Amino acid sequence: MAKDEAVKDLVNRLELPFNAFGVDPYGISKKHLTTAFSILGWLYRNYFRVNAVGIEHVPRRGRAMLVGNHSGGYALDGALVLTSMMLEMEPPRLAQGMAEKFINQLPIGSLWSSRTGQFTGLPEHAERLLEDDRLLMVFPEGARGTAKLYKERYSLVDFGTGFIRLALKTKTPIVPLGFVGGGDAVPTVLNSYALGRLLGVPYVPVTPYGLALPLPVSCEVHYGAPMRFEGSGDEDDTVIKGYVEQVKARIAELIEAARASRRSRQKLGGGR
Amino acid sequence: MKVLIAGISSALARQVAMLLKGRGHEVLGLDRRPWRDAPEGIEIFQTDLRKRAAEDVFRTRKPECVIHMATVNALTAGGDERARINVGGTRAIFEHSIAHGVKHVIFVGRHTYYGASADSPLYHTEDEPPHGIGSFPELADLVAADLFAANALWRQPRLCTSVLRLVYTLGPSQQGTLAAFLRGNRVPLVMGYDPLFQFLFESDAARAITLAAEQRAKGIFNVCGPNPVPLSMIVTQTGRTPVPVPEPLLRALLGRFGFPRLPPGALEHIKFPIVVDGRAFKKATGFTHEVDEVEALQRYRLLTSR
Repeated sequence: MAKDEAVKDLVNRLELPFNAFGVDPYGISKKHLTTAFSILGWLYRNYFRVNAVGIEHVPRRGRAMLVGNHSGGYALDGALVLTSMMLEMEPPRLAQGMAEKFINQLPIGSLWSSRTGQFTGLPEHAERLLEDDRLLMVFPEGARGTAKLYKERYSLVDFGTGFIRLALKTKTPIVPLGFVGGGDAVPTVLNSYALGRLLGVPYVPVTPYGLALPLPVSCEVHYGAPMRFEGSGDEDDTVIKGYVEQVKARIAELIEAARASRRSRQKLGGGR
Repeated sequence: MKVLIAGISSALARQVAMLLKGRGHEVLGLDRRPWRDAPEGIEIFQTDLRKRAAEDVFRTRKPECVIHMATVNALTAGGDERARINVGGTRAIFEHSIAHGVKHVIFVGRHTYYGASADSPLYHTEDEPPHGIGSFPELADLVAADLFAANALWRQPRLCTSVLRLVYTLGPSQQGTLAAFLRGNRVPLVMGYDPLFQFLFESDAARAITLAAEQRAKGIFNVCGPNPVPLSMIVTQTGRTPVPVPEPLLRALLGRFGFPRLPPGALEHIKFPIVVDGRAFKKATGFTHEVDEVEALQRYRLLTSR
């Protein structure tokens, strides 16, 4: 696919400290971002026809944490959230996801995740990026969230608590998001953990048509107003879990809003 | 200040010696290897650090500061002898320093202390333990020497100890791990991986060590300069051709057809980054690099163009 000139322009407008080689201090490369977002941008607009609502809630500058739900299959939702930050924000922002550890172990996966700023989900990475006033993208459901089956696509599994402690410690606002469509794009009927072990990944989703290639369904992402919590990050679990539940409840509301909006879009457009 | 440099015949140590001399310090050197055209005024003692003659230098010359640059770092060098030099030599430096009134010992170690592995973070800080020794046991002696030097900070509180974890160097000497890796026109990379590499131009590395001596910076410090750069970019910007080879094939080729005989763990170092945070050293000494990554690679390209 030819590189999209408009994407090149967006990448040039990212407010990241790139050097003369077009590489930032974390190894994020303009060249790789342009290629990745040329492909993702096409998928975002034409294949998944993503509708992003509430983008104005994402701070234009400074540290922030996008916290959302996984909607099934694999981290398709994460890739489309990244793309919405790139295509729809003014100025564009690069969201940096906290990737599963196995990705950096795989050839190609290691290279592309490193060059596009999608680092392994280590506390050290998360804290450093926030202290550098970056935009972090976190899915507190983790791999349990991407392993959701088709019938579970709108549900939320248990959230980890690390993101709240980190937000408190680094005084970072949390921007909640609800994503729908991923579960329809990759309608998982079962997850093959045996095949996953063979390929060096946690599991391989299996769909009614066998392969886990995504279907061209429309997706919807709704961003909510930033949530700010006061504290040091050293609070008791009960306090932290209370904050986690507030974020989780807000995400559940955003999922419902996104479902309603998607249904009405589908009625109007007659699409899936 | 009277400064003794152990391992003075290495390319980097020579530059440190010249810099210190130029700044008015008295410089002595110890090495098993000769430095034949050593400038006048730099006295060289050709002996093994672990021999009696080396201790005599401490006893009779009474240096105020000792810079330990006599560790063997090459990934190709292995075995018991390397371990004896690195660990035994470091022990000898500290024992002689304490016995003969040295005030400041600088251990010049490497950032490879932190190890390269898929799950280690970018920007290591000095309080982190080493990662990845399991996959690369051949580095254990350098890690042991670093930790031995570091524990002098509490074992010998009256001695000022500096442990420097220096990134790779590039420069006119064309020596060192990274330079060895860039020796050929075609440079093998592990297909699908492209780690960040951090390097200092030799003149900056020498200046950093000199500053550590003059500022008597006590503690453990990562020493780095410009931002890290992907390895493939280092290869192309220095005029070489990167040749990505699938990992299983590269493993099979090691030690054959002109490929270096490297321990299997060494491949982790061209798959995953070791990137350090050098803020503490900059704060303690005021060090800033003069040659940035773009200029360093351009200059290295010119230096090595055939």
